[in-house]
Amino acid sequence: MALKLMKGNDALAEAAVRAGCRFFGGYPITPQSEILEYLSKRMPEVGGHFVQSESELAGISMVHGAAAAGFRTMTSSSGPGFSLLQEGISYIASAELPAVIINVQRYGSGLGDIFQAQGDYFQAVKGGGHGDYRMIVYAPASIQENVDFTTLAFDKADEYRNPVLVLSDASIASMMEPVDLPEMHEHDPNKNPEAARGKGDGPFKRITSTMYYIEDFDTYVKKKYDTMAANEERWESIQVEDAELVLVAYGITSRICKEAVMLAREKGIKLGLIRPITLWPFPAKAFKALPDTVASFMTVELSPMPMIQEDVLLSLDARKPVHNFLAGMNIPEPIDIVEKAADCIKQTAKGACNG
Amino acid sequence: MVERLIPTALVEDNKFCPGCGHGIINRILAEVLDEMKLTDKAIGSMAVGCACLMVDTFGVDWIQSPHGRAAALATGIKRCRPENPVFTYQGDGDSMSIGFSETMYAALRNENITAILVNNGIFGMTGGQMAPTSLPGQKTVTSPMGRNTDLTGQPLNIINQMKDLNIGYLARGSVTSIKNINRVKKYIRNAFETQMSGGGYSMVEILSPCPTNWKMMPDKSLEHIDNTVTTYYPLGEFVKKGGDSNE
Repeated sequence: MALKLMKGNDALAEAAVRAGCRFFGGYPITPQSEILEYLSKRMPEVGGHFVQSESELAGISMVHGAAAAGFRTMTSSSGPGFSLLQEGISYIASAELPAVIINVQRYGSGLGDIFQAQGDYFQAVKGGGHGDYRMIVYAPASIQENVDFTTLAFDKADEYRNPVLVLSDASIASMMEPVDLPEMHEHDPNKNPEAARGKGDGPFKRITSTMYYIEDFDTYVKKKYDTMAANEERWESIQVEDAELVLVAYGITSRICKEAVMLAREKGIKLGLIRPITLWPFPAKAFKALPDTVASFMTVELSPMPMIQEDVLLSLDARKPVHNFLAGMNIPEPIDIVEKAADCIKQTAKGACNG
Repeated sequence: MVERLIPTALVEDNKFCPGCGHGIINRILAEVLDEMKLTDKAIGSMAVGCACLMVDTFGVDWIQSPHGRAAALATGIKRCRPENPVFTYQGDGDSMSIGFSETMYAALRNENITAILVNNGIFGMTGGQMAPTSLPGQKTVTSPMGRNTDLTGQPLNIINQMKDLNIGYLARGSVTSIKNINRVKKYIRNAFETQMSGGGYSMVEILSPCPTNWKMMPDKSLEHIDNTVTTYYPLGEFVKKGGDSNE
């Protein structure tokens, strides 16, 4: 199949259409707005619906309605707007409805700024909304993965009847790369008998928090998320077989880390890389199967404070040192990562490393 | 032999307080849906508040909305399923306070949905706090000295906010007498007829008593609506693009 050169946001939006998404409600915010712009034109072409909502609160609520009606549906936002989506995400999870949410990360708390960042990790992964729910979180590192994981997100949302998050960022959103787009998939909104379409001759449907109607809900809901956690870990391991220090990075920083690993190996420094593809469930299994040569880890994060570090420590039962390369606002150079990693290897050998 | 006719949507006794207006509104809404043969097709977007009590007693397909977002959910449902009658059922706190934006924008987009907005001038479910619709001087648990409009603004007249918009139908009724109940039933029917003929956004605001939180006897509550509440919120049809219905 011929590859097509596409911008990250456009490719993601086209993947949603090809996955059978036929309702999109969303609000402009940089660096996510191309998704809206693309779908405002594309949705009518395929008989779908696009609404530019008055706010993110309304956008996610429209998605909630469309999901309850049985349709494949999506919203997208960034940073401040992602905060406003949390109400709806919690409700959608509570009603056990499928939906796909996109957060194109930008920098900072509050208004922040529009450039790339990874500071929404905790909000994305630990559950930004209220109550007892989790979301599968995919972290694409390329335009092709924007396509692949958006496609997969719709399937997983249906499989678990739960919202699924694709956590992109400003750089992946804005880059252009060749992509292989999937074939068009048609989703039948009447396939699920629980979809709201009028009760007809049957009993009326109550699409609300399922806790009202499920016996021993505590056990039920824990099992649901335990099953997701057990079955949905995804990651990529690179040259960990003989590594002394393993880098941990997702999304755009993982690509820089791949270069850093190559560069380090040229210098005889034994770096490896674990790239979490799912951020929830965090790929703990990747850390259980490492050789004894691995003495320490270093997370590489586009945020001023460590976030993934916590999940790495949990995956390791805190048995090994986990250092950070906190790039914050600045996209790191591979050589900077290699130098810090080399320093951490020395410090670890001496039994100390200060961060 | 006398037969007791109960609309098919009323599958259980309602759970509202004695003297509450919701029970009457539920009844006439259910009658309209039956008379128009819409009960089997209707999809309701349910507010948070006393409206929630309908989820097990009013037998149509329901989607529970987050507080205030019922019109946005209804938008998503109706765009996807344009053949189904889609309505919201909301109180004034839900639709006019936290959901003012969603309520207004559904009207601004002229969404082809029907909004049933029950105005009792108070947050009922949470224990009688002041609402945007509370009257000047009205004592509530959050305006214990009476609503001070210098600090809290004037009562919100949602009809005034909407009457100049390009929408299909707009009316306000009350449930204080048989005459008024029959009239508001006609308004609800006009609203659904507007929707089913593709006439755009339709809304019926219904002035309704809350004796529990007003701390007023049911009969006095009805008098209060007729004598005082309607001076702030006049009754009638304000937008009617589709003409008269066949009653």
